[in-house]
Amino acid sequence: MIKNKSLVSINDFSKDEILRIIELAADFEANPDQPLLRGKVIASLFFEPSTRTRLSFETAINRLGARVIGFSDVNATSATKGETLKDTIIMVSNYADLIVMRHPLEGAARYASEQSRVPIVNAGDGANQHPSQTLLDMFSISKTQGHLDNLKIAMVGDLKYGRTVHSLLMAMSYFNPKFYFVAPDELKMPQEYKTFLDEKGIEYEEHTDMADVLPEADILYMTRVQKERFSDLLEYEKVKNTYVLRNSMLDATKPNLKVLHPLPRVNEISTDVDQNPKAYYFKQAENGVYTRMAIIASILGVK
Amino acid sequence: MEQKELKVSAIKNGTVIDHIPAHNLFKVISLLGLADIPNQITFGTNLESHKLGRKSIIKVADKFFADDEINKIALVAPQAKLNIIRDYEVIEKKQVTIPDEVVGYVRCFNPKCITNHEHITTRFSVVSKDPLELKCHYCEKVTSEKEMVII
Ligand SMILES: [Zn+2]
Repeated sequence: MIKNKSLVSINDFSKDEILRIIELAADFEANPDQPLLRGKVIASLFFEPSTRTRLSFETAINRLGARVIGFSDVNATSATKGETLKDTIIMVSNYADLIVMRHPLEGAARYASEQSRVPIVNAGDGANQHPSQTLLDMFSISKTQGHLDNLKIAMVGDLKYGRTVHSLLMAMSYFNPKFYFVAPDELKMPQEYKTFLDEKGIEYEEHTDMADVLPEADILYMTRVQKERFSDLLEYEKVKNTYVLRNSMLDATKPNLKVLHPLPRVNEISTDVDQNPKAYYFKQAENGVYTRMAIIASILGVK
Repeated sequence: MEQKELKVSAIKNGTVIDHIPAHNLFKVISLLGLADIPNQITFGTNLESHKLGRKSIIKVADKFFADDEINKIALVAPQAKLNIIRDYEVIEKKQVTIPDEVVGYVRCFNPKCITNHEHITTRFSVVSKDPLELKCHYCEKVTSEKEMVII
């Protein structure tokens, strides 16, 4: 099913395909040393820098035994000389067996998948999609809770612009969750996602205070509230400390609660949380490597 | 009725497109490529209309549009009515319908969309017909009627 298919948007994968990736990721975590792609060449094209995502993908590729070609900075490529994305993709797809790409423009990965002879894995296209992040979030949720069904998921921070929360919401909707959205008024969950949940009959509540939802949650998904997002800086000053998680706040939470964050964190999770066994964000990042191994191996048909 | 007819002269054979909102006349002209065809064309605009306030009418001599060609104008003139004329007689009346897919004639409103940076044929699925909402196949953002720009 997944074989030879590009992964551009999380909506490209069915429920069964998502479950398959999660199962494979668990398999790679148990046995990370599986050089199934020896002799293959995988291109890693980063038209904008993203060190964490690139290192995670390239680690996954190396663990699978394939070789990596590509660039990590567009300034080093002919794209700065005016070469079109189309030309770059056509050329590279003649060299590599699969292309991992990140691009600042939205829709770039979809377009590339239509030009390329080989599958494309979208490692982020502007504010649009970053499906491997969603899959690693799902793997992390599944692993820590033992399953994905009927979970209570609190999303905190920037729910308006945060693409990770939007994609996670869409993908989790297969599994009958209940959502708690905690955000300042300026950064509330957009109506289109609430309409989507209404249509699917999925429950959600909106809050402005994290304390209201902490005792209920199985998963606490934190995101960064960025100053640039506010039209009114006074409003930012008012809320900037409201969406910060401190260790003491975790006292009255469920024993199975785990705290997730797509990283990098700035100050929205204070460092005293790091030692708490409920903090899961660094392990979540590590899960990204296994998830990306699972994505690449299944697209190239070796798993 | 007679007086209204006098404002735009009759054609022997061809198509009359009526009930175009006056402010969208030029969009209809550009969508149908009327500026680039040799046919005789008569326009009337700012005519009174009960439904639209001010409407426009276009008469194109010796031209009969295919459905997918004419349905393009449904985005800017959803109430447009076509009269097919043969020998000064209306032999058929048609209405336009909003297509499910819009390919190549609307610009994505998202400045960060790849289609606004490279030469790419735009593609939208119509997610809502009233109000009109077009979802970009590439950036997945929704362009509303207000933001819609015809290429
Ligand atoms: Zn677009």
